[in-house]
Amino acid sequence: MVELVNITKLYHKKPVVNDVSLLVPKGQTLVLLGKSGSGKTTLLKMINRLIEPDEGNILIDGENIANRSVEELRRNIGYVIQAIGLFPHWTVAQNIATVPALIGWPKNKTSSRVSELLEQMGLPPRFASRYPHELSGGQQQRIGVARALAGNPSLLLMDEPFGALDPIIRKEIQSDFQHLSIFKEMTKIVVTHDVKEAFYLGDEVALIDEGKIIEKATPRNFLFNSTSNLIKGFIGEDAWSLKLSQVALSEVISFLAFAKDSAEEVLICHTDEKPFSRIFSMVNSDQQQVKIIDDSGLVGHAFVGDLKASFLKFESQLAAD
Amino acid sequence: MIEFLKENIGEIGDQAMEHLWLSGISIFLSCVAGISLGLGLTRSQKLAGFFIGVTGVMQTIPSLAMLGFFIPFLGIGKLPAIVALFLYALLPIVRNTYTGIQNIDANIREAAVAMGMTRYQLLMKVEFPLALPVIFAGIRTATVINVGVATLCALIGAGGLGEFIFRGITLNSTSMILAGAIPASLLAISLDYALSLVQKNVRKRLWPFIAGMAIVVSIYPVWASLSQTNNKVGLVAGFNSEFMNRADGWLGLSEAYDLQLPAVELEITLMYEALKNQEVDVIAGFTTDGRIQSYNLRVLEDDLHYFPPYYAAPIVKLATLKEYPLLEASLEKLEGKIPKELIAYLNLKVDQHEFTIEQAADSLLSAVTKGVFVNNRSASGKERLVIGSKAFTESYILAAFLSRYIEATTSYRTDLKLGFGGTKLLFDAFLSGDIKLYPEYTGTALLVFVQPDKTVIDSLLQSPEKIHTFTNRELKEDFGVVMLPSFGFNNTTAMMMREELANQLGIVSISDLKNYINRFDQ
Repeated sequence: MVELVNITKLYHKKPVVNDVSLLVPKGQTLVLLGKSGSGKTTLLKMINRLIEPDEGNILIDGENIANRSVEELRRNIGYVIQAIGLFPHWTVAQNIATVPALIGWPKNKTSSRVSELLEQMGLPPRFASRYPHELSGGQQQRIGVARALAGNPSLLLMDEPFGALDPIIRKEIQSDFQHLSIFKEMTKIVVTHDVKEAFYLGDEVALIDEGKIIEKATPRNFLFNSTSNLIKGFIGEDAWSLKLSQVALSEVISFLAFAKDSAEEVLICHTDEKPFSRIFSMVNSDQQQVKIIDDSGLVGHAFVGDLKASFLKFESQLAAD
Repeated sequence: MIEFLKENIGEIGDQAMEHLWLSGISIFLSCVAGISLGLGLTRSQKLAGFFIGVTGVMQTIPSLAMLGFFIPFLGIGKLPAIVALFLYALLPIVRNTYTGIQNIDANIREAAVAMGMTRYQLLMKVEFPLALPVIFAGIRTATVINVGVATLCALIGAGGLGEFIFRGITLNSTSMILAGAIPASLLAISLDYALSLVQKNVRKRLWPFIAGMAIVVSIYPVWASLSQTNNKVGLVAGFNSEFMNRADGWLGLSEAYDLQLPAVELEITLMYEALKNQEVDVIAGFTTDGRIQSYNLRVLEDDLHYFPPYYAAPIVKLATLKEYPLLEASLEKLEGKIPKELIAYLNLKVDQHEFTIEQAADSLLSAVTKGVFVNNRSASGKERLVIGSKAFTESYILAAFLSRYIEATTSYRTDLKLGFGGTKLLFDAFLSGDIKLYPEYTGTALLVFVQPDKTVIDSLLQSPEKIHTFTNRELKEDFGVVMLPSFGFNNTTAMMMREELANQLGIVSISDLKNYINRFDQ
């Protein structure tokens, strides 16, 4: 659990972070979303004391970080940046083992941790002896993440971690980040200016502008309930597609009219899936059917047109709440 | 050339080792100091600008000036040479260490800090290894500069390959210059190449560099201790490179007197200073030098009459005398006009910086002409008469005086080309016509230009007149050159010691010196 209490940071007497308080529960992901210069990176760097706040306190698991040795604190916090910052004179294995080496782990513990992390990151073991410049950008960022995780930190800080990667690789790594068990237990704070990334990764998103938290909410609430002009500006033309990508089939099932299995079947869909981006892209298939299943078996069949209608009802109801 | 190399291979080897050691030890010290300083400076931008500025200025100081500058504090020999070379090598190493660390990607540094490295860990694990290739480039630059500048160290008695180069220049011997220059270049190239090999793997393996350094720094003292016989006598001689290498210099003298003495090579104007400061104990000086008196030096009696008389006189080609018909009559009037005491006095005043050379020449002119100019016609349309000199005080003064005297007594205009680094060099320029006239010494003309048999020399030595006549006859035959009547003073070469030391050891003549030394050989 990470707690920020009334944090203020001044540069040239002007606040870049202005009286910010935040709480991130254990195992949750908080995304700090804002334009460049909004103070989000400054806020992040105060959590591992790369920057010291002028006012306020930061508590990790209830303990004020100002009272801890700064090196010891940092060795227990994973840190990933957009530029990656791998050490070019060290092999991949040495890079990953940075924190274990600083803490002084025994050799075999370190090397088994390195192989474990390479496997988790989907990289072959032979990469261990390579040098960073021999790897692609996506591979390098996976190593960067592995390095951040090597010392088993309970908190992971990420500053635009996937910003420099090409879209396909970025999706892959984002998806790994969402689904790999290694991240599940960890508290994560991610800085980004990319609203799609924020809504994809975040359990909660804090919208920051001019050093203040404008609004903190779940992605769902931002999309369907927020009245903030700022968030509308961020979301812009993507609002509709973002909404489509956020909603699971199970959520609209109460609005759905089922039908008999009577027409051509275009899709089989689990209730946990979020299929609406695809469904709305099927322009001429309203008379075709989707087979809906859940863990215990068949739920029913529905026309594509009826699925679209159910989503619209769901949306108008959310907005009305 | 090949002949020369064969004959001198041993000495070339010695000098190369000495050279390598001078460069090696100064580079080693520069590395230690420069890298530490460079690392320290990364912690303070302001200090960095200041220090890099200062080391930069240091590097703009001409090398010879730097070497000369240390003599009052550090004397001559290896110590001031190493200090000067050290300062020269410092800039590239400090600057490259500093910039090498400054230029490390800020993200790498941030990552290292965020991983929980302490300042020291950041420096030793990340910054230093990453900056090493740049630091090494600095060391390579420093090494190449250093091997070059180290040749100049021969001028202050530090030895090295410069000895051959400067001897070669004074004696105008190309093969001798090359015997110093080629090994020096090879040394620079091979050191640079060796360092480039180390540089490639420097992040992974630093020990070849450290081991190489250790070998270079330690090998010369070992080599020297193996190859050198002990100097039991405790006396050291300092000679300028011309005396050291001319047949009528140290080689002949040590043979004539059977005199064995360790000798270092010294720049001619530093010689007296070195004797006074007890850096050396015996020098071969000039008897008209004013410093003999002011430094309280004893001129050892040449009891075997090894040194011929060296009467100063203008030397000129017969063709020049024809071309400038007024010249001969005018210069002949100078015969016997300059007493030894006068020229010694002027030499001293100039050496003590009380007179400039021009002032000394003016004094000489007014003393010689008694203020009355024999002739002062308007300038003729003839080409200017170029007057040369060697690179020591008396020669400068005489040349400047000749220029004034000729302009005052004839219608010819003159130009001065002063400071030729060696007799042979000046004489060659004179023969080729670049120099029309310069003050030369009868003994030198006889022994260096005419080079008669030893029996002929022995028959001549006692009479200055005989030498002059004989020399002139030979010069006319061989070169079409004539030495005009002498100014009247004899500036012979002589062995000199500090009065105090000579007294203490009871040495009056060169034979006494020899006897003193021989006592130790039994």
